[in-house]
Amino acid sequence: MEINSGDTAWLLISAALVMLMTPGLAFFYGGMVRAKSVLNMMMMSFGTMGTIGVIWVLWGYGLAFGDSVGGLVGNPSGLFGLSSLLGDDAVAADTPVLAFVAFQAMFAIIATALISGAIADRAKFSTWLIFTVVWGTLVYFPIAHWVFAFDATDDSGAVTTHGGWIANGLKAIDFAGGTAIHINAGAAALALVFVLGNRHGFGKEPMRPHNLTLVMLGAALLWFGWFGFNAGSALHADGVAAIAFVNTLAATAAAILGWLFVERIRDGHFTSLGAASGIVAGLVGITPAANSVTPVGAVVLGVLGGMACSYAVSLKNRFGYDDSLDVVGVHLVGGLVGTLLVGVLASSAAPAGVDGLLYGGGFDQLWRQAVGAFAVLVVSFVATWIIGFVLHKTIGFRVDHDDELEGVDLTLHAESAYELLASRGARSVAAARAHSAAQAGDRHDTSAAQTPATSQETAR
Amino acid sequence: MKLVTAIIKPFKIDDVRTALEAFDVAGMTVSEASGFGRQRGHSEVYRGAEYTVDTVPKARLEVLVDDADAADVVEVVVTSARTGKIGDGKVWTTPVDDVVRVRTGERGPQAL
Repeated sequence: MEINSGDTAWLLISAALVMLMTPGLAFFYGGMVRAKSVLNMMMMSFGTMGTIGVIWVLWGYGLAFGDSVGGLVGNPSGLFGLSSLLGDDAVAADTPVLAFVAFQAMFAIIATALISGAIADRAKFSTWLIFTVVWGTLVYFPIAHWVFAFDATDDSGAVTTHGGWIANGLKAIDFAGGTAIHINAGAAALALVFVLGNRHGFGKEPMRPHNLTLVMLGAALLWFGWFGFNAGSALHADGVAAIAFVNTLAATAAAILGWLFVERIRDGHFTSLGAASGIVAGLVGITPAANSVTPVGAVVLGVLGGMACSYAVSLKNRFGYDDSLDVVGVHLVGGLVGTLLVGVLASSAAPAGVDGLLYGGGFDQLWRQAVGAFAVLVVSFVATWIIGFVLHKTIGFRVDHDDELEGVDLTLHAESAYELLASRGARSVAAARAHSAAQAGDRHDTSAAQTPATSQETAR
Repeated sequence: MKLVTAIIKPFKIDDVRTALEAFDVAGMTVSEASGFGRQRGHSEVYRGAEYTVDTVPKARLEVLVDDADAADVVEVVVTSARTGKIGDGKVWTTPVDDVVRVRTGERGPQAL
């Protein structure tokens, strides 16, 4: 098969755009926590880039996109380490398979990193890293297989590589990952909140975002990267990509307005955190629908998604569960709204060629969407709860009470994010050691009797 | 010698400094402070969760002066910092035993 250079270029650039979403998410989340845990919050995203990036090339791609075992998971044999994909003949849909491998790697990373917002300020970093490996392997890779792995056929139309059950059997439309990424990560986030419990002082002490400009920067990077996420999911530089791109603009713009409108009515003010949150809600909502609705449909979807998420984030306070940064309220709810609205707002004028309820398509697509969404939600929640519970009961998932109050930046990472008071001072330990060693040398010359004490000092 | 301490609205620092310079004070120290008096805090809303912030940001000004100048310096600060609204702050003086200029070791009024 010939490689199309335009398609390949677009796919590789899209992969890089999606990669930028995870640092964007780190800023978005980092600004929302208190100053004492911003580095830990950002590190959960960066750590995920490390773990998932490695296991994706080792076995993740194979589990997600290998020949299907009953529509449930890919068979990774032959794909471990990706060596079999280095040849010139490893081409699919006019692009090198490795370009698709790179693109999908970024999806796996962001999906996993999203979960971290629910357990801000209190998770052991070591356990988080282990969790990402286990969750990626047992939850994300199989579910990505259900949704993203389409049957591959040869020239005669015979199926050569089988894909997942949602994409090929159920035929629910999930263009770029409303189910596989957002409902999946949102349900997993809820499960981890139940495993870890609330932050100390949740609901009683103020836990204001410490830096809203970081949140705005993060939302901007997420939106920018999301054009690769959605338009790149066309896998070709073509009309489908252009429609997905415009819908990603339209729905997100509308969601800002939807979220702000609710805030103005309910709380009295348009807030910057509301605008940034509306951006993410809109992006989540349009993700499954980017190829199946018209631009006007995208605006409607975006407004509804922004309003629904704006209401949803206040539920945690009513129910008393500490989903710290509203992963459930934005990603689970936004993912459900987008995935279900495909069944309502889909228009056959769009590339997916399906009519939803409003366009005379009846309930056929809507129930497919509902089944897909529900299946991912339940499986992700249950599997994540079990993984989290086992980790919590064995190696522990939560830091000590005192360490949490002190702040995990200092207690887990031995760093502080900001030097706001120069007078607080920071002295170089290396310089202090050199200084005391020099002193020890002097004393050694004059009095051998002091040697034991000084060597102890140096050792310290 | 006296230490004149003033808690004022942060945006009034420039006015007060200009007025004090015109009065020829030799220097001043400004730091950020927060607290409450008759003016109470405000409320903030984040994703629908409302917080009350009980203290108000203020600037704290300190000026060392000769006994003879103290009353005038207080007057200058009070006049230049006043807006007439609640939250304008307070000014007070305290006696100072000794002052040393670090660079030269000069003591007392000479060190001001």
